[in-house]
Amino acid sequence: MLGFILRRLLLVIPSLAGLLILTFFLIRVVPADPAAALAGENATLAQVAEIRRQYGLDQPLYVQFAVYLGQVARLDFGESAYSRRPVALDIKERLPATLELTIAALAFATLLGIPLGTVAAVYHNRWPHLLLRIFSVGGIAIAAFWFAIELQLLFAMQLDWLPLRGRLSPGLTAPPALTGFYLLDSLIAGRRDAFANALSHLILPAFTLSLGALATISRFTRAGVLETLQKDFVTYERAQGFPPWALIWKFVLRNSVVAAVTQIGLLFGGLIAGAVVVETIFDWPGIGFYTVQAILTADYKVMLAVTLLIGVIYALVNILVDVVHGLIDPRLREED
Amino acid sequence: MLVLAKFGKDKAAVLGALIVLGVVIVALMAPLLAPYPGDVAASHLLSRLKPPSFEHPFGTDNLGRDILSRIILGSRGALMIALMVVGVAMLIGVPLGLIAGYYPGWMSETIMRVTDVFLAVPQLILALALAQLMSPSLESAMLALTLTYWPFFTRIVYGEARRLKVALFIDALECIGAGKARILFLHILPNSISPIIVRATIGMGFTILVAAVLGFLGMGATPPDPDWGLAISESRQYLPDAWWFSTFPGLAIFITVLGFNLLGDGLRDIVDPRLRRSR
Repeated sequence: MLGFILRRLLLVIPSLAGLLILTFFLIRVVPADPAAALAGENATLAQVAEIRRQYGLDQPLYVQFAVYLGQVARLDFGESAYSRRPVALDIKERLPATLELTIAALAFATLLGIPLGTVAAVYHNRWPHLLLRIFSVGGIAIAAFWFAIELQLLFAMQLDWLPLRGRLSPGLTAPPALTGFYLLDSLIAGRRDAFANALSHLILPAFTLSLGALATISRFTRAGVLETLQKDFVTYERAQGFPPWALIWKFVLRNSVVAAVTQIGLLFGGLIAGAVVVETIFDWPGIGFYTVQAILTADYKVMLAVTLLIGVIYALVNILVDVVHGLIDPRLREED
Repeated sequence: MLVLAKFGKDKAAVLGALIVLGVVIVALMAPLLAPYPGDVAASHLLSRLKPPSFEHPFGTDNLGRDILSRIILGSRGALMIALMVVGVAMLIGVPLGLIAGYYPGWMSETIMRVTDVFLAVPQLILALALAQLMSPSLESAMLALTLTYWPFFTRIVYGEARRLKVALFIDALECIGAGKARILFLHILPNSISPIIVRATIGMGFTILVAAVLGFLGMGATPPDPDWGLAISESRQYLPDAWWFSTFPGLAIFITVLGFNLLGDGLRDIVDPRLRRSR
C-alpha cells in the first residue's frame, strides 16, 4: 500500500512541474510588458525601468524561472497590491472559509445524491428515474451565479428567512480561530449563537455550490446501483428472500459506489472553481472571492499564488481518490 | 436510420434537440423576432424598470430597454461565442490527440503532459486569468475559453486513437502501405467522431455557461451588448424590486444550456452501447 501511495505521489511531479511552467508563462510571457503591468497605469518610464530591475525582469528567462522556483518553494508570493499584505498570509486566513463552504456543499451533495441515485435505480424507467434525469441534467445547466441571485432574491430579500451575504452577522464576534471553520470553532468555544448564525449564513451558498455535484453524484450512483442490481449474486440473495431494501443497503451500495467516489474526488476541484462564483455573490470571505478581486484588479501575484494553490489541491485530491480506490478495491493496487 | 429511431424514443434527447433547434432559429431570425430590435443600444429612460406587461412581456431594464428583445438579440452572441470556441478548440485538440495517440514516445508524452496541466487548473480560473492578462474584451474571453477547452478534445481523441491503433483494420492498412496521415485522418478520425460530437455538444452548453460567468464578472461582453451574463450583473443593483431584470436572462441561459446538455446526453447514450443497457 505504501509503495502504491508513493508511486501515485511520483506521478504528480510532472503535472506540478508543468503547472509551475504554465503559471510562469502566464505571468511573465503573456502580458506584453509585465513590468508596466506591475507598475500600474500611472507609472513613469523610470519607475517601470526600476520595477523591471527590481523584479529581475531584465534577466534571461531561465534565470527568472529559477528565481521564481525559489520564491514558490519558500511560499514567498510577495505582497498583494489589493490588500497590501503578504499573499501567503491572505491565503492562509481565507482558505478555511472556502474549505468550510466546499466541504459543506460536498457533504450535502453526497448525503442527498447517493439516496437519490439509489431510488432512481431501483425505480428504473419509472417516474423517479425520469425526474432524476431532468434534475441531474438541469443541475449542471443552471448558471450558479444566477441561481445564487435568485435564491438571495427569494429567501433573503423577499421572505427574509436567511441572511443575504457574509459568513457571520455584523456585530457578532467570530469564535476564537482554532480550525478556521466557524461551525467547528463555535462548537468548541460553546458559542451556540455563533453556531446558529454561521449555519444560517452557510445554507444558501453551500446549497448553490452543491447543485452541480449533487447532479453528478446521483447520476453515478444510479448507474452503479443499476449495474450491481443485474449481478448474479443479487439475484441469488433475492431468491434467498432478503428484504429488498436491506439487500440494497448491505450488498448493493457497497459494490456500486466506486464510480461515485471517483466523482466526489474529481468534483472537489470543480467545487473550488465554483466557489469563485458563489463566494463573489454571497460576499463569502474565502479564496474564490479573493481570486475574483485579484483578477479584476490585475493583482498578478495573487492570481499566480491562487492558480498554483488550486492546481496543487486538485492534484492532491486526485491522489487521495486513487488511494481510496486502492483501499476499496485491492485489485487496483496490483495493477501497476 | 437505426440511430434516428433510437434517438426518437429518448424523449429527453428529443426535447434537447427541439430546444437547440429553437434557439438556433431564434438566433438566426433575431432582428425579425425581437419586438424592439432597436433596443440593443437605445435607451428609453421614461419607461425604465417596468414590470412585465403586455407591451414588454419580460419587463424593461435599467435603461428602459425591452428585456425580451435583448434576450432574443443576445442569443446570437451566445451561440456565436460557443460555436467559435468549441470549433477552434476542436481544430487544436483533435489533431493533437490523434498524434499523441498514434505516435508513442516523447511527442505523445509531451502533448499529454501539457494537456494534463491545462486540465489541472479549473477552466473558469484559467479563463479569467487569461482574459485579464490579454486585457478584458469579448475577443480575449473567447480566446481564453478556447485555450482552456482544447485539452478535453485531446484527451478523448487520444484514448480513441490508442484504442484504434491496435485494431486489425489499421494493421491491414499499414501492411498495404497506407500513409500515416491517411490512416490518422481518413480512418482513425472518422472512427472516433462520435465521442467528439458528444463532447462538442456538451461543450457548447458549457461554453455558454462559462461565457456568461465571464460577462457577469465584467471580463467578457461590454455594454451595451445584449449579453445574458452582463444583463444579470447589471440587474443586481435593482434587486429585489426589479426581479424580472435578473430572472429572465438567467432562464434564457438555463434553457439554452439545458437543450445542449440533454442533446449531448442523448447522443452519448446512442453512441456508447454500454450505457444504453443501463437506461
